[in-house]
Amino acid sequence: MTATLVPGRRTHPPVAPTVPWAGRYREYDLVKEFVVALVGVALLTAALAGIFSSPDVPQATLAQWSTAAPADFVLTAAAELDGTSGSATYGAPYNRTPDAAQKLGPVSLQHLAGVTTPISTATDFVVGPLDGTVGDPALKTALGQWHAAPAAQRQAWATAYDEALQAAPDNAAAQVAAGDYGPVPVMLNSLLGLARGGALEGALLLQGRFYRSDYTKPLLFLADGTYLEERARAEHLGGDQWGMMNETGSYPGQAWLWLYTFWYQVKPFSTSDNADVLVWAVMAVLSLGLICVPFLPGVRSLPRWIPVHRLIWRDYYRRSTG
Amino acid sequence: MTVTAAPHTWTGRLRGRVQQEFPGDTLLPDRQPIYVASWIYVFGVLTLAALLVVLASGAVLAVAGPQWWHGSGLGHYVNSLHLWSVELFMAFMVIHLWGKFWMAAWRGKRAMTWVTGALCFLGSIGTAFTGYLVQSNLDAQWISTQAKDGLNSAGIGAYFNVMDFGQMLMWHIVLLPSVIGALVVVHVLQVRRRGVVPPFDVGAADRGQAGARP
Amino acid sequence: MSARAAVVNLDHPGHYLHWGVIQISTANAVVIALMVLLFGLALLLPFPKGRERP
Repeated sequence: MTATLVPGRRTHPPVAPTVPWAGRYREYDLVKEFVVALVGVALLTAALAGIFSSPDVPQATLAQWSTAAPADFVLTAAAELDGTSGSATYGAPYNRTPDAAQKLGPVSLQHLAGVTTPISTATDFVVGPLDGTVGDPALKTALGQWHAAPAAQRQAWATAYDEALQAAPDNAAAQVAAGDYGPVPVMLNSLLGLARGGALEGALLLQGRFYRSDYTKPLLFLADGTYLEERARAEHLGGDQWGMMNETGSYPGQAWLWLYTFWYQVKPFSTSDNADVLVWAVMAVLSLGLICVPFLPGVRSLPRWIPVHRLIWRDYYRRSTG
Repeated sequence: MTVTAAPHTWTGRLRGRVQQEFPGDTLLPDRQPIYVASWIYVFGVLTLAALLVVLASGAVLAVAGPQWWHGSGLGHYVNSLHLWSVELFMAFMVIHLWGKFWMAAWRGKRAMTWVTGALCFLGSIGTAFTGYLVQSNLDAQWISTQAKDGLNSAGIGAYFNVMDFGQMLMWHIVLLPSVIGALVVVHVLQVRRRGVVPPFDVGAADRGQAGARP
Repeated sequence: MSARAAVVNLDHPGHYLHWGVIQISTANAVVIALMVLLFGLALLLPFPKGRERP
């Protein structure tokens, strides 16, 4: 036996009514409309995909970078080793660098979130991958010297070589002035060879494990150099190129990000060290505003003041007055 | 007519609630108020249709894994279907949003329809973002290393790592579509529950008694 | 990389429109223009009249 609800006898208070419609109705076949829409959109998609295809600019590899721009690669590796690279001085969530985090007024959400992906660039990007290399006697000697030296000595060698590379013509290792760099030149040259041979991504990614799906380390290392940025800017993907909206080639991109990337183009965001968190805060407020439109006085009245609705419901208004 | 006792089982109470919210032909009506007579009304169903094509093309991509499309002509075509259905989805959804704004479609206790719709919009942008991150090509490399700065600055990057391919792939194909799917279902049920928003200044003759169901 | 049989090849550097601080790709500009056009048409084009129902 099934229990039935009888009108007037409810177990819950009635749903607060909207203004009910007591006027005329028209036939409207929702299911047919849906099927037509689905078939139409599917055919349109198939046509667009067939006519225009989709972009797939091949990934940048460390082998390409180290071959096309070896000086930039070695300079970046030197910065990773002496702790002056972008990743090394980033702060949370990679390391604890004082004053590195962005601030929203007095608060640093970046700092508060903590170091959840700890990275030591010298170990993870340079020494670690080199330690895993076998069959190179000169490297083995260099690494022996490196590991035996106290931390202060290692830092002194790394800093001296980084500064010497920056001062050298074209940042070329071969043009570096004479100095006390310890095993660093041999180590970085070996890292260059490891990259050119195609093995560095694997070493950075796997860090001695078998399965990994987290590309943080190879990506951070790649992004610390200029090669990735040059390739991206060539595709008009740079921040100041409104790149967030763009796709590679001549494909349409992400037009819906127009407002998010707009803020980066104008002051104070374009010149602020805290641009990212400031833009996030603005977009969070605006997004909340969008969600809450029905509750915002003024905004919710705009449709009445600017009567686009008179076009939408013109048939109804014509019948009502007629 | 018999007077039946109110159900006391959870099933009975749920059934009663569903029948109360969606009585009669509320879920699948074959008629609409006479004012539903504009092409702007079709952009909701177009958005829904595009979403289904997005999900279907994504499902085909999932069958052979995230690297398939780089080396297969068919895979590349399916990737193109996925990209263009997303472009259509976002375009139709924004036009739908424009229409609903200018109709002030939140009137008549329809605020939750607007709210769920806005959440679908924002959630879809996030879902598309994770899709761009798992392309495994130059675009993905650049987007991930750039977006990390925005997310890290807000403290989010510490837990949502855009350079973690595995994490981003699972958010893209499992977590976010589930949330969007649930939001879309609630949104569409809200539209059926409340009916299509009437025009401004409905004439007295067309306005029914308060308390009566539409 | 697989060969792509696209009728219209979009794998070449894009064109960009500049207007003050605004830079927009031709492709994105076309998409937005089409959306505005569709919105306008949706407002203006007559909708088929349906049978009246009780």
